[in-house]
Amino acid sequence: MKLKQIIESLQVEMMTESADLEAEITGVYIGDLLSLVMAKAKQGDLWITIQTHLNVIAVVDLLDLGAVLVAEGVDIEEETLAKANSLNIPILRSRLSAYDLAKKLSQLGL
Amino acid sequence: MAELIKIFEYEVIANDFNIAGTASSAIKRNLKQLGISPVIVRRVSIISYEAEINIIIHSNGGNIYLEIYDDKLTLRAYDNGPGIKNLELAMTEGFSTASNAARELGFGAGMGLPNMKKNSDAFKISSTEEGTKIDIDINIE
Ligand SMILES: Nc1ncnc2c1ncn2[C@@H]1O[C@H](COP(=O)(O)OP(=O)(O)OP(=O)(O)O)[C@@H](O)[C@H]1O
Ligand SMILES: [Mg+2]
Repeated sequence: MKLKQIIESLQVEMMTESADLEAEITGVYIGDLLSLVMAKAKQGDLWITIQTHLNVIAVVDLLDLGAVLVAEGVDIEEETLAKANSLNIPILRSRLSAYDLAKKLSQLGL
Repeated sequence: MAELIKIFEYEVIANDFNIAGTASSAIKRNLKQLGISPVIVRRVSIISYEAEINIIIHSNGGNIYLEIYDDKLTLRAYDNGPGIKNLELAMTEGFSTASNAARELGFGAGMGLPNMKKNSDAFKISSTEEGTKIDIDINIE
């Protein structure tokens, strides 16, 4: 599924500028413990988390994850957004919980 | 005999959360440039990331070395102490002494060393107060 379909259907905020909206999202992983994400998340996954520190970007970059979706409307640090922009990593945000987001993504067929 | 083709060295500075992942990103880039397969690059990325973060959050700083052989990659993570008192405990999934500050950033699941071992073809760890040494092989053929 294309990233832009997810953005439209879930009405999430797009927090970064330079992302490729045509990018394919192939799965979803939810988690806030980085070494579990490192072990389990797959290339092309949309990663739902409440972590927003710069370290999130290193994980996305190393695993070639598709995008980050910050749940619960958590504030995102300026350095994180800047780094994401420099690497063309999309960061989205929603007020919904990870559970509610997962339900919607599942309805979309992910 | 494995033939050594290239060595990379990366410095890892203690407590510097903001540049955590820099060495691992460089390793990933270098491996991709060398034409190493994506599956292997992913395994090395996981290993180097966990090694790098451990040096940052648990040690006084150290280095990561990546040796490229014709038939394998060797990754060495060497730090300057304070060492790991009980290696068996440290290797247990879920065991962590990470500080609250580190846990707030998402570290401290106690999965780093087990993840490293799982992604290795050979895994050696030794530790004294002078430092911890981890030597890992990943076969590429
Ligand atoms: N380089 C090191 N120097 C000193 N102690 C270490 C080092 N690496 C690991 N340890 C010790 O071993 C424990 C387990 O390490 P491991 O990487 O498995 O988990 P963690 O770093 O605590 O959490 P996670 O990696 O899941 O974020 C650490 O909590 C720490 O006590
Ligand atoms: Mg660790």
